[in-house]
Amino acid sequence: MSENTITFEIDGVEVQGIAGQTIMAAADAVGIYIPRLCAFEGLPPFGSCRICTVKVNGRFQSACTQPIAEGIMVENDTEELLELRRNLVDMLFVEGNHFCMFCEKSGNCELQALAYRFGIAAPKYPYMFPADRNVDATHKDIFIDHNRCVLCARCIRASHDLDGKNVFQFVGRGPQKRIAVNSTAKLVGTDIDVTDQAVAVCPVGAILKKRVGYTIPVGQRKYDHEPIGSDIEANKQ
Amino acid sequence: MTKEQNRIMAKPKVATTSLAGCFGCHMSILDIDERILQLIELIEFDKSPINDIKEFTGECLVGIVEGGCANEENVRVLQDFRKHCKILISLGDCAINGGLPAMRNTIPLKECLDEAYLNGPSVYNPSGQIPNDPEIPLLLDKVYPCHEVVKMDYHLPGCPPSADTIWQTLVALLTDAPLELPYELIKYD
Ligand code: SF4
Ligand code: SF4
Ligand code: FES
Repeated sequence: MSENTITFEIDGVEVQGIAGQTIMAAADAVGIYIPRLCAFEGLPPFGSCRICTVKVNGRFQSACTQPIAEGIMVENDTEELLELRRNLVDMLFVEGNHFCMFCEKSGNCELQALAYRFGIAAPKYPYMFPADRNVDATHKDIFIDHNRCVLCARCIRASHDLDGKNVFQFVGRGPQKRIAVNSTAKLVGTDIDVTDQAVAVCPVGAILKKRVGYTIPVGQRKYDHEPIGSDIEANKQ
Repeated sequence: MTKEQNRIMAKPKVATTSLAGCFGCHMSILDIDERILQLIELIEFDKSPINDIKEFTGECLVGIVEGGCANEENVRVLQDFRKHCKILISLGDCAINGGLPAMRNTIPLKECLDEAYLNGPSVYNPSGQIPNDPEIPLLLDKVYPCHEVVKMDYHLPGCPPSADTIWQTLVALLTDAPLELPYELIKYD
């Protein structure tokens, strides 16, 4: 055991991580899944969705940003936290216009998969059916459907950090916050390319490639049989 | 009364309806295939398009509702179901979130009607009239999920929910067993 090793607890089980790791990364490494939406391996943590909320020594923290420390007691799989995460997912569903029955992302969507994993049959909040979300289909290979954007900023981070571009940015504040593209001529005016990581990382059906929708048959899609997080849990020690 | 008659008399009743739905969820009920024979052992259908009984004959244990509320008649039927059924189930995405009909919720109603009856590319309507007969149920300002109109007790998502989802739920309800739907049976498409 090197001096970099940090020992702490997740739900009463002793685990070890490496100094500097976030709680999420350390949990992943030992096969404990902490639900998440804005976090994405290879992108700097953003800490905005709060789906990964855990309790650290009794206080709420986001597991994707909080570093591990010697002796901390982390709560993850508790009824209280499950309820909180469920509520966040419910809010995301009613805040946008999510019609899964015809969405091209259905079956491969991380928001939907979280709802499946949490066993959500219907959101508990009233639907907002916002009327101000448009679709930008100006680009020949890519489109953005703002009705389904969950403001996770993965596209912003991927475009900047992985693609070396700067295609996306947030505009507005609070309920008016939106993803915008760095061009007055919409998506077609940007230097985005269909092979960009910014396109691949969108967890939901907000940034989609044209002409490839519905190619994977129902029953063979990513979350048809295995809940989201199963890949991480398969490494459980 | 013979024992057999007694058993039949005691069978709980199930009613079903399709509001602003496409009848796909009802097709999925029929997709339980030969299990429908077992179902008939367990229950008796009351008001339902399956047997074409138009009005409730009495109190029902379970009411299964497909589709959301798009017009005033949908609301009346749903309220009638609430009155007559002990347990109400929202069956399918349209009952739960309005589904495809709710796509109009982001467009003002007048614009929808204008597009459908006046401006649509395939519209032929020389009189320029938008149907407004008292016989036609008035459209609501938007399509409402059932649970935003009356209290719904259970929700079975899916477009449509699979026959197995429906079957397992009904059997659990009718036999008083706890319902634990496996991962594969809760789907939104
Ligand atoms: S983005 Fe995901 S949750 Fe939203 S409609 Fe598409 S599949 Fe459903
Ligand atoms: S477009 Fe997709 S990746 Fe970008 S913020 Fe919205 S949901 Fe996230
Ligand atoms: S995954 Fe941690 S805040 Fe979104």
